[in-house]
Amino acid sequence: MFETSLTLNDLMFMLKGAGVTLLITAFAVVGGTVMGLAFGVIRTQIKPWMAIPLTFLLDVFRSVPLLIQLILANAFQAIAGLGLSPFVTSCIVLSLYTSAYCTEIVRGAIEAVPMVTRRAARSLGMTWGQDMTQIVFPMALRVALPSWIGLTLGVMKDSALVMWLGIFELLKSSQTLITRLQEPMFILLVTGAIYFMLSFPIARLGGRLEKRWQEND
Amino acid sequence: MIEIENVHKSFGALQVLKGINLTVDKGEVVSVIGGSGSGKSTLLTCINGLEPIQQGRILVDGTEVHAKSTDLNKLRRKIGIVFQQFNAFPHLTVMENVTLAPRKVKGMSKRDAEEIAVKQLSHVGLGDKLKVYPSRLSGGQQQRMAIARALAMSPDYILFDEVTSALDPQLVGEVLDTLKLLADDGMTMICVTHEMHFAREVSDRVAFFNKGVMEEIGSPKQIFESPQNEETQKFLSNVR
Repeated sequence: MFETSLTLNDLMFMLKGAGVTLLITAFAVVGGTVMGLAFGVIRTQIKPWMAIPLTFLLDVFRSVPLLIQLILANAFQAIAGLGLSPFVTSCIVLSLYTSAYCTEIVRGAIEAVPMVTRRAARSLGMTWGQDMTQIVFPMALRVALPSWIGLTLGVMKDSALVMWLGIFELLKSSQTLITRLQEPMFILLVTGAIYFMLSFPIARLGGRLEKRWQEND
Repeated sequence: MIEIENVHKSFGALQVLKGINLTVDKGEVVSVIGGSGSGKSTLLTCINGLEPIQQGRILVDGTEVHAKSTDLNKLRRKIGIVFQQFNAFPHLTVMENVTLAPRKVKGMSKRDAEEIAVKQLSHVGLGDKLKVYPSRLSGGQQQRMAIARALAMSPDYILFDEVTSALDPQLVGEVLDTLKLLADDGMTMICVTHEMHFAREVSDRVAFFNKGVMEEIGSPKQIFESPQNEETQKFLSNVR
């Protein structure tokens, strides 16, 4: 018969960690999306050579392993005496990391809106802003959503790396329990199941929106 | 009145318009014919300021289109344009496609805009497609919707850029009928077209463009029956 020493209290401890994972992910995705939206729009508006500094910076965030970014950022803020908590540092680094990917998603989606459609909007007397809000964003959203959902789910899993700054998120909580209970297989199974439960609604939401849009378009 | 004076336009090194002069009076229908790359479509996009010009000027009711002080968004309210590609807004219903600009640009209430939309859509024979998304329409229906969309802004002028070129042959007729209806209503129109019958039947004047130059302009009778210019003669003998 299957036996485990995992108690309800331990499970609560893991769920608390899951709450932290969800919170960090939420901050990172919201912050990253807002910045990605701004950077993406800027990228499509300015000349390619003017975008070089921005692109370079975002490339750095995409290329350097997240773990290194987290540890360096944490060390740097300590040296600089900014006094940021590991939680805040993690949220900032993950936001920038997310924004680097989101910028490319936004840029690609905006560029996917046919120029002729935008011309039609402008020829009706719409301003650039009206064209962006009424035509470009709604059309680009349909292109961007699948990639954006993928990014969100990716960030949720990548957020496990913040445990190296001593934050008790889901994975760190499970690690602690594994050390104490010596039941790695079972605890990792539970951890995986919790990650799945966090991700599943987001994935489904995306699927539903896509289906609804497909019925119209 | 649209006054086009000595307009030069180039894309990089390629000269597309080489000194075009043309005046279109209120209520007049002018058709522009000519081969591909003759610059006729470019002229239309210059008239409503979608493309800058390098030399010359275009005046619409006395307002210079390319002057820095000109509010293009305001000017475009009175110049409708319908393109070769249908350019429907795919995320909006037919009704929303037509009401969007009146509401956002003219600040009309939803109700007023819808009233106009229903009128214009019925006019082009789409009165039963209000709640439908463009993807469910045929090419001809999408093009007629684009015409209704332009009309809903109650423009003083409408520019038609080869509006039947992307359509299946059996759908051309319904769109041309819509254009005829407009011409009969007294709308001022410049139609870039490959439909010679249409140009002949509907236009007050026909202009022939060749390699960025307006070679000849005159009544349909004159252009089609006794063209003076050699290039016009060559072109017409080929399309007939």
